[in-house]
Amino acid sequence: MALVDFANPSRFLKFADRALPWLGGLTVIVFAFAINRAMGAPDDYQQGATVKIMFLHVPAAWLGMLGWGVMTVAALGTLVWRHPLADVTAKAAAPIGAAFTLLCLISGSLWGRPMWGTYWVWDARLTSVLVLFLLYLGVIALWRTVEDPSRAARAAAILTLVGAIDLPIIKFSVEWWNTLHQGASVFRLGGSTIDRTILVPLLIMAVAFTLLFATLLVAAMRNEILRRRVRTLRLMQASAAS
Amino acid sequence: MEAGSHFGFILAAYVAAVAIVAALIAWVMVDYRVQRRRLADLEEQGATRRSASGRSGRSLQQAKEEA
Repeated sequence: MALVDFANPSRFLKFADRALPWLGGLTVIVFAFAINRAMGAPDDYQQGATVKIMFLHVPAAWLGMLGWGVMTVAALGTLVWRHPLADVTAKAAAPIGAAFTLLCLISGSLWGRPMWGTYWVWDARLTSVLVLFLLYLGVIALWRTVEDPSRAARAAAILTLVGAIDLPIIKFSVEWWNTLHQGASVFRLGGSTIDRTILVPLLIMAVAFTLLFATLLVAAMRNEILRRRVRTLRLMQASAAS
Repeated sequence: MEAGSHFGFILAAYVAAVAIVAALIAWVMVDYRVQRRRLADLEEQGATRRSASGRSGRSLQQAKEEA
């Protein structure tokens, strides 16, 4: 199948209708397994039972960044290749990425209070994630402000590419600055510092969250294509009436 | 560290996760129904797309317009 075939919204709608029940079902099954493993994981020797918050916090943080990564690739698709589904993808991914970033911030605060003695501190990791959340809100506002979808797509794409600078800042903030937030402990040179009994449930939970992200993204893209069809039909109706 | 001493924080984090995920799922489901209903209403009024006649071999530009 050629790349242009994937660019066809009608084909994508057919794909979405077929794939969504399977994706949704798989997400539920993997989540059930992941939650079972997470709840059965032992307490951390230092953090006690609060390590259970990590099973939400870390996947949410990854998906907050993944969402912006998806939008960055889509922004290139909009500006460079003018791919018909690129701006649909970017627009659909923004609220989902924002929601996972919000979950990351909330769960991090609730983890920070018992471990650090504070809900919030203006250290580099926390602040750069807050900036990511604000960038998401900015992109969503931009999509809602500009009425013409193709103009909104170009403006949002530029903001997305500029905002992508925040991704390496988030990743390396714990190395570049002295932060209260701990350093990398899962993906790092020399291997993970997390014990297997906690690491395995964490990775399974990350797979479950990623499947949820994919399911929501495909569903939101389908909605966006339908919204654009509604807009086109209304414009045709209006021009026919005038 | 006693396991139950921070139960409230753990519970609050999971409640927040359920609320956010439920809101996302509700958003895509409600939005889908709204768009489907709007499309059905428009088609009932006789509005149809040029590409709705089932042509094959559409160009990239046509596909973009359709989106």
